[in-house]
Amino acid sequence: MSEVEALRHTRSPALDPYKLGHGAGGGRHDYATGHGEGGPASKRVIVGYGFWLFLLSDIVLFSCLFAAHAVLQTATAGGPTGPQLFDPRSVALETACLLTSSFTCGLSAVAAGARNRLWTEVFLFATGVFGLSFLLLEAHDFAGMVARGASPQTSAFWSSFFAVVGCHGCHVTAGLLWLGTMMAQVFFKGFRPSIMRRLVCFNLFWHMLDIIWVALFTIVYLIGEGR
Amino acid sequence: MSAEPARACVPWAAADMLGKLTWNAIPFDQPIPLAAGSLVFLVLIAVIAWVIIRGHLPYLWHEWITSVDHKRIGVMYTILGLVMLLRGFVDAIMMRSQQAFAFHAGGYLPPEHYDQVFSAHGTIMIFFAAMPLMIGLMNFAVPLQLGVRDVAFPTFNSTSFWLTATGALLVNLSLVVGEFSRAMWLPYPPLSELRYSPGVGVDYYLWALQISGVGTLLTGINFVTTILKIRAPGMSYLRMPIFCWTALATNLLIIAAFPVLTATLGMLLLDRYVGFHFFTNSAGGNMMMFVNLIWAWGHPEVYILVLPAFGIFSEVISTFSGKPLFGYRSMVAATMFICLVSFLVWLHHFFTMGAGGNVNAVFGIATAIIAVGTGVKIYNWMFTMYGGRIRFTTPMLWALAFVLTFTLGGMTGVLLSVPPADFQLHNSMFLVAHFHNVIIAGVLFGAFAGITYWFPKAFGFRLHEGWGKAAVVLTVAGFYTTFVPLYALGLLGMTRRLQSYDVAAWRPWVIAAGAGIIVFCGALACQVMQLVASIRQRESLRDLTGDPWNGRSLEWSTASPPPAFNYAVLPNVEGEEPYWQIKRRAIETQQLAAEPDYKPIEMPRNSPTGFITAFFCTVTGFALIWHIWWMVGLGLLGAYVVFVWFAWRDRDEEVIPAEEVARVDRARRRVRAQWLAHNAREEWLAVHGQRETA
Repeated sequence: MSEVEALRHTRSPALDPYKLGHGAGGGRHDYATGHGEGGPASKRVIVGYGFWLFLLSDIVLFSCLFAAHAVLQTATAGGPTGPQLFDPRSVALETACLLTSSFTCGLSAVAAGARNRLWTEVFLFATGVFGLSFLLLEAHDFAGMVARGASPQTSAFWSSFFAVVGCHGCHVTAGLLWLGTMMAQVFFKGFRPSIMRRLVCFNLFWHMLDIIWVALFTIVYLIGEGR
Repeated sequence: MSAEPARACVPWAAADMLGKLTWNAIPFDQPIPLAAGSLVFLVLIAVIAWVIIRGHLPYLWHEWITSVDHKRIGVMYTILGLVMLLRGFVDAIMMRSQQAFAFHAGGYLPPEHYDQVFSAHGTIMIFFAAMPLMIGLMNFAVPLQLGVRDVAFPTFNSTSFWLTATGALLVNLSLVVGEFSRAMWLPYPPLSELRYSPGVGVDYYLWALQISGVGTLLTGINFVTTILKIRAPGMSYLRMPIFCWTALATNLLIIAAFPVLTATLGMLLLDRYVGFHFFTNSAGGNMMMFVNLIWAWGHPEVYILVLPAFGIFSEVISTFSGKPLFGYRSMVAATMFICLVSFLVWLHHFFTMGAGGNVNAVFGIATAIIAVGTGVKIYNWMFTMYGGRIRFTTPMLWALAFVLTFTLGGMTGVLLSVPPADFQLHNSMFLVAHFHNVIIAGVLFGAFAGITYWFPKAFGFRLHEGWGKAAVVLTVAGFYTTFVPLYALGLLGMTRRLQSYDVAAWRPWVIAAGAGIIVFCGALACQVMQLVASIRQRESLRDLTGDPWNGRSLEWSTASPPPAFNYAVLPNVEGEEPYWQIKRRAIETQQLAAEPDYKPIEMPRNSPTGFITAFFCTVTGFALIWHIWWMVGLGLLGAYVVFVWFAWRDRDEEVIPAEEVARVDRARRRVRAQWLAHNAREEWLAVHGQRETA
């Protein structure tokens, strides 16, 4: 144990400035940093790390859909092409909604950090409203495309378009369901360590959806428009 | 993803409450699947009835089904793997016997049934036999070897297992309700598209794999987090046992590769359910995209399976040679090298696609290079044995059989990596022989070695050596009798998946391969007898000290079977082979380390979440296969309710009081002290002193 004691004294302030695994989040093991020598990491670190891994795997999933879209760029089978039907103004509006929701999500994390239940709920609610607006706009976009003769069944190009954009939409939908349960948990249970960890995960998830959207915006809409 | 096809398809399916499901789904006209299915069903009912009547249900529910203990989950994974191995083996018997009969004749399996048999054989062996066996052994051994109490996310671990079981259940359900896929173990379009496979077979395949794939992904996340974030104090990366390294590499591969499988099968599902055109041969679909994507998962999958087996062999060879593993660091490097390069060789599965000479050359060379990593390992194992005091126990015999047989399979693999040779041998029986050679000798021998090696740790008594050795001998004999003829058949031009044939030159080889299957049956009988004999003689095979093999890594320092919390206090690791050091110090000083200060231990509480989630996934999967949309909605709603209910729990841990910890650990220390007083000195001298003993 003496080795561990020594580590605790030498490491904490200098090598671990953010005191990962100390205090906030209610770690079980107050000395561990999880970097090999110190024994098991705190729950906060374990949960965050595992969720990062999940997000990476989710990005791999999206990358397959992006690859499929890239391969099928020209496979319009004589039907409408992307630039004919994309509506840049609507997409810009969707982007604005989603980025704003990410901002309010960040604010909710700040409020949760300050243990302010009211503002946490307010900002989470705002996140939900912007997320829902994004979804409605996207659904409206999709409906317009289908009305103008471009459904997933039209051609391989539109199949891949609806799959990659729709998969992001499904993630936002799942995120909204999760958001609702998080708001209920914060309301009824307050800022327990377990709920704080879940809020961190939810924040990570929501910001990842933004990153995916930026990639979508660039690869599907910008490059697709310019082709 | 699942909600969207439901919405889109409701208009044309809502007319019927049970979707496509009618009495026609039960194959009354096909005696073989009906009889087999009914038999399995009856056995299942009998087992459940026996469990309920004998009053074992509460025990099973509290101690196993809802258990989040990594050791219990590991055992359940292994049992699932063994049962599915049996099912896949029955398929193998059917294929070999069909071909033995089908010279100038139809044999006894009509083509549509034979196609289901080989599709089911591949699917079951890879996803529901090999994967659960490897994941089960990792589950059991990795936390023990790392010197910790459980994995990072115990409830997810249970969920992973039950989702895998759901997939296995759906595949086996297809035996009696409907049909299984006829589109091979990887459902290549356009054959697997709705137009050419309109039945539910491909849907059974797809949903079974999607559901179990989610479970496998959770396992990957769980184990990478465990290995990188939860280790005993002092266990730095290069002090981890080699099995933990191979488990790390495998789970990294799972995280990177399984989402590709999910995405690819998801695209095929969209094609089949909602008329998308990803892989169709109309409206611009690209079927070779499926082949590329599926092998971008498929080749890493090969290493997902075999890397843990390499780890098991390393542990076994080191333990039974009485030496530290030769070239530990080069072994780690070779493992991580394979982990990386396994993503750069996928195109060798379809050199015949026509990507051009340069592309084929790149992938051919990459394939030959990955064999270098494996070659390093082979030499390391040989040098570990060199100069060692080898004990020829059953696990060690599996390891020796592996080294010889796997090297042969590896060499035929390098042969196939040369594109011109591959053009000749593509889709031939030579290829079938090659991958069975590496998977049986690698993964299956590895699983058996691991099971015999860790069995005493899990259950407190060793497996019977005589029957185990007989099983090794017969398995090796059966392997060569079956698969050497298949190599020959490939060179004679026989393609794979033939339901009947009329080339006289093939006939003797096909018969020989059929004879090999009979030898395999003998090996299976020996395995069953080994289990029966071991249970009946368990008192004489009892492992009292927790260290039956004179082991070197931490799992042998705790009792057999280990207490729920594994270690009363987390061991402090001061070097490679920590338990060997502890043991040597105890023997040299003739006393155990001082009694530690026992503290209460927090352990995760058992939870039915995994089982209930899997129940709703089974309902949803079955409903999706048969287009019963209201049931899909019900299943998804149920899954969401479970999620909220699980999130709402207040107590997720329970505390084991310090007195209980002390009581359990003192019992272990008593046995250890006895062993130290009576046997250790002699054993130590026998191994390290000048005296020779028998």
